[in-house]
Amino acid sequence: MTPKPADQTDGLLAALGQEWLADAREGIAAEPGSVTRHFAAAGRRAGRAPLPDAPGWTADEAARAVLLAALPPQEVTGQVADLYRYGDADEKRAVLKALPMLPVGAEAVPLLLDAIRTNDTRLVAAALGPYARHLDQTMWRQAVLKCVFMGVPLAAVDRLEERADAELAGMLAAFAEERTIAGRDVPEDATALLDRLTSEREA
Amino acid sequence: MRIFDPHIHMTSRTTDDYARMAAAGVLAVVEPAFWLGQPRTNPGSFTDYFDSLIGWEPYRAGQFGITHHATIALNPKEAGDPRCRPVLDLLPRYLEKDRVVAVGEIGYDSMTPEEDDAFERQLAMAVEHELPALVHTPHRDKAAGTRRTLDVVAASGIAPGRVAVDHLNEVTAPIVHDSGCWMGFSIYPETKMSPPRMVEILREHGLERVLVNSAADWGVSDPLLTLETGRAMLEAGFGEDDVDRVLWRNPVEFYGQSGRLDLSEVAGAREATFEGSSIKRGGS
Repeated sequence: MTPKPADQTDGLLAALGQEWLADAREGIAAEPGSVTRHFAAAGRRAGRAPLPDAPGWTADEAARAVLLAALPPQEVTGQVADLYRYGDADEKRAVLKALPMLPVGAEAVPLLLDAIRTNDTRLVAAALGPYARHLDQTMWRQAVLKCVFMGVPLAAVDRLEERADAELAGMLAAFAEERTIAGRDVPEDATALLDRLTSEREA
Repeated sequence: MRIFDPHIHMTSRTTDDYARMAAAGVLAVVEPAFWLGQPRTNPGSFTDYFDSLIGWEPYRAGQFGITHHATIALNPKEAGDPRCRPVLDLLPRYLEKDRVVAVGEIGYDSMTPEEDDAFERQLAMAVEHELPALVHTPHRDKAAGTRRTLDVVAASGIAPGRVAVDHLNEVTAPIVHDSGCWMGFSIYPETKMSPPRMVEILREHGLERVLVNSAADWGVSDPLLTLETGRAMLEAGFGEDDVDRVLWRNPVEFYGQSGRLDLSEVAGAREATFEGSSIKRGGS
């Protein structure tokens, strides 16, 4: 039997400090199908307030990530796809945020593509976290542009400075031109990113 | 006047409706799963619809400051179709969701044996998942259908106070009143129930266990008839507190039995927030 990889959600578990999670995790490890009910009810059990000890996470999101990490490794990819498919918006968002902490390789990319296709800003933002390293550059640029278009702050995009390239600069410039001609505003963070990309090229 | 519409099919309504509703004082809605006019032909068609009721539609409502919850079920109009019935096996996962506050709409359309079976199984699910039930009554043969509905409800073992029997009129209201179930009234421009008739029913039966809804959908209907009913009550001599009870506190009491009604984002809500938290969720 291969040893289980280190659980990257240990920090979230500590930040939550909720006893029910230990029982739920044991149950899920023994009977993976039981994750369905625990996952759906996690918001009602854990609450939904931001966690002071885990910046960027709410209690329900963190509890859901901790539950997913309790799945036997060979079950994770299948269960995660299923929980996302049948999830409400909060559950989908929790799956997306948990992906970089789970042993799923690049197999959950279709979930990101689904989230990026929606018009729900919470899902689009959650799709552009650290797991988006598995997105190819073409799709990643489109997703960043969609954030700008929808008014999602670019602070939600992981490794933005590192991945932003000349082609994205061209797309942002065209977007800014259309908006300006129409007499509409261009988000400040997009303008700032465009300025940085343009000055880098000129330097 | 603050208004909670306990039965409205927002999927079929436009953003103009949301804006008008918000301006009229509608702060919260419950959207029951029902049919879409066009028959569905497979279970996936239902699950995409359910996903919308717990995903996209609450998000859309939120843009207008309206809090959205749902009820989930295989509706009576499609319960007899063998292509649709497998969705019954998919319901339990949806009945565990945060924003699902009842099993519904269930009940009868044509009172067939297949409808009996779906109705009974879904009442059992309501008990199993600790949810109230929202029961549709048939538009044809209504009085007989209502009596048969109450018999099935009584046999199921669910507490009558956790069941709302909907689309009632002068004939069926007294039957449901005596059963201990909640009485739902759908105020429509032409059919079902009108604001003046509703006022008479309130005079007759009182305000207890009464739910007034617009049931607005893709047919001739009007999401502001809840407001019209409130105004008609005031004109007829009911007080502001009476109107608040019928149009706000009653639906909060009924759906609150689910333990999942979250009104923490309702502007100026006087209700207790979830574990004391009124933090906006997932707002990036």
